Amino acid sequence: MSSPAMSSPSLPAAPHAALTEPKGVRVLLIATAIGFLALFLLLPLAVVFAEALSKGLGNYLATFAEPDAQAAIRLTLLVALISVPLNVVFGIAASWAIAKFDFRGRNLLITLIDLPFSVSPVVAGLIYVLIFGSQGVLGPFLQRHGIEIIFAVPGIVLATVFVTFPFVARELIPLMQDQGTTDEEAALTLGASPWRVFLTVTLPNIKWALLYGVLLCNARAMGEFGAVSVVSGRIRGLTNTMPLHVEILYNEYNYVAAFGIASLLALLALVTLAGKTFLEWRHADALAGRGAH
Amino acid sequence: MVAGFAPSDALAAPRGRAEAEPVAARTVRKPGSEVRVDGIVKTFSGDGPAALEGVSLAIAPGELLALLGPSGSGKTTLLRVIAGLEIPDAGRVFFGATDTTDVPVQRRGVGFVFQHYALFRHLTVFENIAYGLRSRERSRRPGEAEIRRRVGQLLDLVQLPTLASRYPGQLSGGQRQRVALARALAVEPSVLLLDEPFGALDAQVRKDLRRWLREIHRETGQTTVFVTHDQDEALELADRIAILNRGRIEQVGAPHEVQDDPASRFVMSFVGETARVAADIAGGQVWVDGRAALRAREDWPEGPVDLCLRPWHLTVGGDEAALLGTVREWRRTARGTVAEILLDGSDSPVEVKVTDVHRKGDRVALQASEARVFPRG
Repeated sequence: MSSPAMSSPSLPAAPHAALTEPKGVRVLLIATAIGFLALFLLLPLAVVFAEALSKGLGNYLATFAEPDAQAAIRLTLLVALISVPLNVVFGIAASWAIAKFDFRGRNLLITLIDLPFSVSPVVAGLIYVLIFGSQGVLGPFLQRHGIEIIFAVPGIVLATVFVTFPFVARELIPLMQDQGTTDEEAALTLGASPWRVFLTVTLPNIKWALLYGVLLCNARAMGEFGAVSVVSGRIRGLTNTMPLHVEILYNEYNYVAAFGIASLLALLALVTLAGKTFLEWRHADALAGRGAH
Repeated sequence: MVAGFAPSDALAAPRGRAEAEPVAARTVRKPGSEVRVDGIVKTFSGDGPAALEGVSLAIAPGELLALLGPSGSGKTTLLRVIAGLEIPDAGRVFFGATDTTDVPVQRRGVGFVFQHYALFRHLTVFENIAYGLRSRERSRRPGEAEIRRRVGQLLDLVQLPTLASRYPGQLSGGQRQRVALARALAVEPSVLLLDEPFGALDAQVRKDLRRWLREIHRETGQTTVFVTHDQDEALELADRIAILNRGRIEQVGAPHEVQDDPASRFVMSFVGETARVAADIAGGQVWVDGRAALRAREDWPEGPVDLCLRPWHLTVGGDEAALLGTVREWRRTARGTVAEILLDGSDSPVEVKVTDVHRKGDRVALQASEARVFPRG
């Protein structure tokens, strides 16, 4: 009975103690987190590089000299080069409309932007097959005019654009909503044309978030498997992107080549991660208004 | 006091360099425009800003006019309509003889200062001020040297000559608002519009900037409209005050006019402390609780009225035909003794200067040297 009363003199220290777990618990929690990360993230990453280099550096580099591999890399870059800028334009337009204007159907638009996140990529690919495929709604029309979409580059680009659509808009909407419209109004009263307002006021205000969105969008565009695999038809050297090529090589028991290409994708992920970390650091700086730059 | 804020006598410094002409005269002096709004109607759907219900107002060239009103009275909406940031549903806006209602905001030539500054955070102070000049179409755009000269003069005018290369994030609130003003003046606007310019600043900076804005206005002679909900600010700064309530103008007049001769009960209670007593006028007397409390003026209307009194027009004493009240509180201050008195027929107490000692609960008679009545209902 007396022990609660005894402990009362030490009450001032209580708030501090209340926020700190016993040392054993802390060690356990941290060890669990690190163990989990190591097992599920770091180990696979290490395996990718280990397998890729298992037959020596020469064999590793030879993977990239192979014409089909080069075609896959080229196609992946091409797809990213088309779909990322498209999504930048769509993303800015959509978030501009949502953040700066109040209109009917605004919430519907926000929901629609999120749709690609909630739809399975395979379904996303199938949608395009059903629309543009030879048995699809527009199939006969496209065939008559000799336009190839499914099992060709346009289909791959369409599927990639669909899957990556939310990345830029999702980054920009909260920031633009937070910033409001007074900066733009100020520029307008100073006589700036709407285009100049966009270039000199809106764009600089969102540039770090935009770049962050572009990075994530790019990583996904290059790494997308499901949707692209449905529409591509996997024609070697023609419609194979890097992720698809990895799977083909793996199924052919060509582990060195498969992990070689995979290591390139993993490297991209690491670069994206580093870029993201750097941007978050810069971004926070700019948002705090200290952005001397 | 904010770091870097020059005291008011530093105002003389820039002027000293060019004896004959104040800095502002060379920079921004141009004959101010008359601004007139005529029957402005603006409604918003949902719970947006306040609406306007047919507002007409003329602002003389070079005048410093305050739009005063409680929040939701439509004062900011009116300012934004003048600027062209809101399109009115009906009514016209004139700058001088020109109908500018359909002129887009970019070409209207207004300087607008926002409550939260709205400085471009990625640009230096210099580039912020130069923004308007650089935004002009090529034929009217001044050269780089000219831009430098003009921005330099404006920095002198707002007393921030050393801060040109800073970023807005590195400035205090008062400094930011002065940069915002310089930026607005740089485009040589025909009218300067300020939306609660001191609203986000603390009391001391507010006071300094108020005095400073008066100085700037005197130097530039710019037609200026500013929005405020602070009656002191309006009374101290403005040549004339327009008092808005629920989307309508209740009164426009010089500070002493709206204070001494309020046109409505709302104006009376909004500018200056007021005691309001429910009364009836009949037979040349003002009746409160069935007692004759005051002789009615001839032009006062018969029937139920609100009798409005300024505390400084009340004295305790006298006997017949007096207002009655109960002492709620009595205290000594450095400037004498004050009683807090709840008048019969009123629902909020007033502070009246007294000479005698009073106790809580004392009944007192009061004489009013001046009073106003407004029909009730």
